[in-house]
Amino acid sequence: MTRITAWRRHPLARYAVLIFALALVGMAYTAFVQVGKPADAALASGRVDDVAEGKALFELHCSSCHGLNAQGISGKAPTLIGVGAAAVDFQVSTGRMPAADSGAQAPRKPEHRWVNPDSIRKLGAYVQSLGGGPQVPGKEQVDAKLGDAGKGGELFRANCIQCHNWVGAGGALTQGKYAPNLNQASPTQIYEAMITGPQAMPVFNDSTITPEEKRSMIAYITSVREQTDPGGFGLGRIGPVTEGLVAWIAGLSALALAAIWITAKKRQKS
Amino acid sequence: MSELTTVPKAIGGPSNFLDERLGAGNFLKRNLRKVFPDHWSFLLGEIALYSFVILLLTGTFLTFWFKPSMAEIAYDGSYAPLKGVMMSQAYASSLELSFDVRGGLLMRQMHHWAALMFVAGMTVHALRVFFTGAYRKPRELNWLIGVGLLTLALLEGLTGYSLPDDLLSGAGLRITEGVAISLPLVGTYVTFFLFGGEYPGEDVVSRFYSLHILLIPGIILALVSAHMVLMWTQKHTQMPGKNRNNHNVVGAPFYPAFMAKAGAYFLFTFAVVAGLATFAQINPIWLFGPYTPADVSAGSQPDFYMGFLEGALRIMVPWEINLFGTSHAGTLPLSVIIPALVPMGIIMTGLALYPFLERWVTGDKREHHFAERPRNNPHRTAIGMTAITFYGVLWLLGANDEISANFHISLNVTTYAGRVLIFLAPALAYLITYRICLGLQRYDAGVVSHGVESGVIKRLPHGEYIELHTPPHEDIEAHVRGKEPVLMLPAAPDSAGIPPKGMRGPLGKLRARMSKAYGGEKIPLGDGHAHGEGHEEEEHAAIGAGDDHSLTR
Repeated sequence: MTRITAWRRHPLARYAVLIFALALVGMAYTAFVQVGKPADAALASGRVDDVAEGKALFELHCSSCHGLNAQGISGKAPTLIGVGAAAVDFQVSTGRMPAADSGAQAPRKPEHRWVNPDSIRKLGAYVQSLGGGPQVPGKEQVDAKLGDAGKGGELFRANCIQCHNWVGAGGALTQGKYAPNLNQASPTQIYEAMITGPQAMPVFNDSTITPEEKRSMIAYITSVREQTDPGGFGLGRIGPVTEGLVAWIAGLSALALAAIWITAKKRQKS
Repeated sequence: MSELTTVPKAIGGPSNFLDERLGAGNFLKRNLRKVFPDHWSFLLGEIALYSFVILLLTGTFLTFWFKPSMAEIAYDGSYAPLKGVMMSQAYASSLELSFDVRGGLLMRQMHHWAALMFVAGMTVHALRVFFTGAYRKPRELNWLIGVGLLTLALLEGLTGYSLPDDLLSGAGLRITEGVAISLPLVGTYVTFFLFGGEYPGEDVVSRFYSLHILLIPGIILALVSAHMVLMWTQKHTQMPGKNRNNHNVVGAPFYPAFMAKAGAYFLFTFAVVAGLATFAQINPIWLFGPYTPADVSAGSQPDFYMGFLEGALRIMVPWEINLFGTSHAGTLPLSVIIPALVPMGIIMTGLALYPFLERWVTGDKREHHFAERPRNNPHRTAIGMTAITFYGVLWLLGANDEISANFHISLNVTTYAGRVLIFLAPALAYLITYRICLGLQRYDAGVVSHGVESGVIKRLPHGEYIELHTPPHEDIEAHVRGKEPVLMLPAAPDSAGIPPKGMRGPLGKLRARMSKAYGGEKIPLGDGHAHGEGHEEEEHAAIGAGDDHSLTR
């Protein structure tokens, strides 16, 4: 028997082949996903009249669900009168709107081709012109450096973690809804979510949580998510579920293999 | 170098001194040659043993810095995002251990990983003992000690989990309080006693601390010793095999072979625990924040061994009974009492009673020193898998929020599915396991009667292709032939049509029926063409004697 044949007939060979095949499929999938991503939309140039251009964008991309005058269509989509530019900026910049389908919840997804800071500003200006509402916060309002992370942490634990989990890893809500992971949200988006209350989230207006407190909460969220886990791999930071999986799958399997190894009998040559 | 013929004085002197005073020589001579049978699954219990050793050592380290006090202080340690936050001294000292004590975080993580390995090791060890019937006479008492150890380990885990007083441990404590207060009549008294007043009070951490580092580990240590001594004197069970019988033990002597293996296995366990603690973060209390009863987080979970209780609580329907139709007269919150007590009761009581129930059903009062192969007692194996499935469904549903969030399944669907699966899945597991066991028995019978497939195809002169079978290796054959039928009660009525004593009345009739189903030989060995299986009879009609070990067909 040649050496290659011996390898081929080794008891572990079939597992090696299986792992190789799985790795190959995984790599192919990843490659396809990369190709499928749309290229960054080029920045549109020129600003004439934000509200008028915003209205044109609205009619093109939003009116099929929200109605031609943003009055909403019952059973389909809510009215946008009074939601403000902050809501537009949050929904569109996170890719949630325009929604792909009418599921339980619109997920964060890559922005559409026409979306860029400029088009969002125009769309926001149009919606703002309809009935006012919360404005997009300024740079200083969301600057984590100006916040107090300790104070923000207390507010975060008191107001946010029952849905978003202690590090903002997200969590399940009822009927397929969920509180999303906060890791991808920019400070501006976090602020806007608090003042507009998108989807299942309640509104935390300025009398409930002051703008300074919101800034402190942003300081806490960003400082914790940028932190390197001091104890090793964070295991998704979702707590005992992944820890238990690791204990059983990595720990116990390793020890079972060790037990098999040290009690194995030498194979007799026949 | 000259040959060593006499014991060197440096060794002989002290040995003699000890031997004359302790009589150790005689003891060692008897016990160092003790034979231990070899099978990988016999080492699983050692995972728990060695994890316990690691727990004692790392736990002692942790007590040097941990302060079991619930006094409120402002945090002033080196973890910046919590600076100035009010917290209990217990939580502050746990943070100090994690960030300001050299090696403290590694010790904390080793302690926690070792705790998980401790319970996981106990679980798989208990399953090994159950599925091989190693709890049978004379080992029932050692089995009961094991069940006690498992219960204590859960309690030890619960108290330890609550000590750091972080937000997650507080959520666990709140559920503990909820269970205690839901007990009928005594609930409020028990709760006030436990917490020293209104929840959370200021006493519970120091009380749990005493339980966690003194009382429970002390009892565990005593029971572990008893477990080991009993195992030592009763000798370990062995797998059936060549030259093995019910009165001998075939294996390696304690010294040197088994000692080397056990020592190596301790090092493996240590390596796994230390490796996990180095590379995988566990219980990051600084991320959870300090406990206040007002806060609770999404994804709050217990450690895995409490997961089945969490799952039971999550899928329970919201039943409660207001006595005399009004909550003033008292409320019986079934939605808490049932999930807290019933699954645990079924599993722990079931484990404890099984050896005795089995003996009652089979009437088997013999001593057993063979580990039975799981397939050879199909009903026991099926019952075991049923219990595993019951536990597993609850365990899985304990994480239903993470399942829902990460796999995009509606949380409500997971709950409804859980309510169905908790009844359906165990029943299916029973049927499937039973059929698999019979299938494997049939396979064994085939191996004994006409050998194993050789992979050689032969063409006969008249064109027919046959596959050559070779006789099984003698070790394998002895292993397979170690099968014994499960005993049955003599239930046949006498000549007057009266059933034997103990088989009368409704309970006796049930016992007789169960015995008939549970016991007996389902697929006799040495007869690969199982009786009553007509189609197989035909298939092998031309083969000749079933027990022929030369090349048959």
